[in-house]
Amino acid sequence: MPEVFPADSVGLVSPKHFTFDAPLELSCGRSLPSYELVVETYGELNADKSNGVLICHALSGHHHAAGYHSSADAKPGWWDAYIGPGKPIDTRHFFVVSLNNIGGCHGSTGPRSINPETGQPWGKDFPPLRVRDWVTSQAKLADRLGIEQWAAIVGGSLGGMTAMRWALEYPERLRHCVVIASAADLTAQNIAFNELARRAIRSDSNFHDGDYIEHDTIPRDGLALARMIGHVTYLSDALMEERFGRELRSGTFQRGLDAPIEFQVESYLRHQGDRFAHNFDANTYLLMTKILDYFDLARDYDGNPVKAFSHALCKFLVVSFSSDWRFAPARSREIVKALVAADKDVAYAKIQSDMGHDAFLLPNARYESVFRAYMSRIAREVGTLRTAEEKGGAS
Amino acid sequence: MLRIDLDILQQWIPIGGRVLDLGCGDGTLMRSLADNRQVTGYGLEIDAEQITTCISRGVNVIETDLNQGLDNFQNDSFDTVIMTYSLQVMRRPDQLIDEMLRVGKECIVTFPNFGNIRTRSYLMLRGRMPVTKQLSHQWYDTPNIHFCTVHDFDALCEEKNIRILHREVVTERFPDKQLKGLLPNLFGETAIYHLAK
Repeated sequence: MPEVFPADSVGLVSPKHFTFDAPLELSCGRSLPSYELVVETYGELNADKSNGVLICHALSGHHHAAGYHSSADAKPGWWDAYIGPGKPIDTRHFFVVSLNNIGGCHGSTGPRSINPETGQPWGKDFPPLRVRDWVTSQAKLADRLGIEQWAAIVGGSLGGMTAMRWALEYPERLRHCVVIASAADLTAQNIAFNELARRAIRSDSNFHDGDYIEHDTIPRDGLALARMIGHVTYLSDALMEERFGRELRSGTFQRGLDAPIEFQVESYLRHQGDRFAHNFDANTYLLMTKILDYFDLARDYDGNPVKAFSHALCKFLVVSFSSDWRFAPARSREIVKALVAADKDVAYAKIQSDMGHDAFLLPNARYESVFRAYMSRIAREVGTLRTAEEKGGAS
Repeated sequence: MLRIDLDILQQWIPIGGRVLDLGCGDGTLMRSLADNRQVTGYGLEIDAEQITTCISRGVNVIETDLNQGLDNFQNDSFDTVIMTYSLQVMRRPDQLIDEMLRVGKECIVTFPNFGNIRTRSYLMLRGRMPVTKQLSHQWYDTPNIHFCTVHDFDALCEEKNIRILHREVVTERFPDKQLKGLLPNLFGETAIYHLAK
C-alpha cells in the first residue's frame, strides 16, 4: 500500500512510551509511585541538544500533535497545521516533543491506569493534579531526553498555562515561552462552563459516582453533553452562523407535514459529542477541568502576576484571537501587561479570526506568519537556521 | 540609513535606557537603539505586517491601538516614550501626549510641520490641499487627520505646561537648511520635540 502524505507533513509517526520508576511527588501531598508518559517526537535533536521544542496540550489534547499513525488515518495530529517541515514549528530546525500529560486518557498514567497498590484502575481515586505536577513530570522527561534547556515551550489554552508555569518553575530551562489563547487564571464564567460540563457527566446514571469501570459501563451521554457545552463555547456566534445558520439537516417546516426537524447545528453537536464520548475518559475530564479551574499563575506570588513573572528568564510570545470569548484577548493583554511591568521581553499579536477559542488550532494566514517569524528567530538563535536563509531579515 | 528625525532624536535617549516607541513600524528605531545605545523596551504597532517584521527582527512589539490610550503601562515606567510621525494620525493627539508624559519621564515627538513654506504655498497658489512627497495622500484617503505647525505645537505645550527640553526642525532641501534656524515654522519640514512634564 503506497503511503503518500503531504510534503509538509512529518509523515508516519509512532508514539514511544517512557516509564519513570521514581515516585512523582504531587502538589496535593500524595505521590505517584511510578508513571508512564506516552510521547511523540518529530525532527532531530541537534548535537548540543539546544533545539528541543516542548508542545503542551490543552484540555482534550494528547501526544499525537502531528503526522499520521497509519496511511488509513482520515486526519493528522491535532496541531498538524503548525508542526512539520516548512511549517511554523519547523521540524527541519527543531526537535519537537509532544506528550500526553499524566491524568490523561491516551496512554500516559491516568485514571484508567492500574493503581499498583490495589491492582485495580485508579478511576476516581486518581490523585488530583495541578499544572505544576505536569511541569514536574515534563521536566523528568526532558532529563530523560538529555534536554537541559528547551529552545521553546509552546502551548495553547491550558497548554499556554503549562508553558507559563514552566517559565516560573524552571526559569533556566527554557529560552522562549509561547503562550497562545491563554490566561493567567480562569474567569468565573469559565469555571461555570467547566462546572456545567462536570455536572453533565456526574448526572449520567452510568457514571456510578466515578466507578463506571467497575460497573463495566461508560457515562457516554454525560461526556457527550459535556463536550457539546464546551464545544459551543469554543466557537464564535459569527462562525456558527456562517457554518450552520438555520439550515435543516432533515424535516421540513412545510404546512401539513410533521416530519421531525433537525437543524444542521444540532446534528453537528451530536456528532462532536458522541465522537468525544468514545475517545475520552470521564474521570480524566473531571480531573482536567479542575486543573484548569485551580490554575492561578500568581497564587504563590502574593497574587501578583508581576512578581510571578519577575522569576522568568525566558522571552515570551503571546497570541490571542479576536473572537475568542473563553480566553479573550483582554486576558492575554493582562499577561502582556504583567510581563512589561516585570521588564521581560515579550511580543504580542491579536489575530483577527471568527473561529473563537478553537482558532489556535486552525489554519490562519496571519497567525501562521507571526508564529513562523517568532520560531524562525528562535531557530537562528540556537543555530539550526542560518541567517542567510532568511528572507527580509536584514537590518 | 535612518530617517533624519530618527537619527537626531537618538542623542536624547539615555544609554541603556528603557524606551517605549509608539507606532514603531517595522522596528527600525528600536533595533537601532538596541544596537547602538543598549536600549531596552517595547514598540507598539497596529499594522499586521509591520508587527511580523518586528518579531522576526527580535523587537519586542506589542499589538496596540494607540487611540485606546496607554492603560497597560504604569506611571513613569519608561525613561523615554517616543512617537515619530504618528501624532497626526491619532484621534486625540493632545490626550495621547498626556499619556506619554504619564508613562515616561521624558518623551520625544516628531511630526510633519504643516507650517512649512511648501505646504503653505501649495494651498495658497493651487487652492488645494497640499500633496507633497512627504505627505502623499489625497484629502479623502489620508490617515493624517490632525496636522499641526511648529507654532501650534508650541502653543499646546504652553497650554499644558509641558517643558520643551529640545526642539529641532529638519529639512533635506538646500536653501531651507540654512533658513530653518531663522524661521523654523516656515522652513522646517519635520519637527522634533523633546519634552518633559
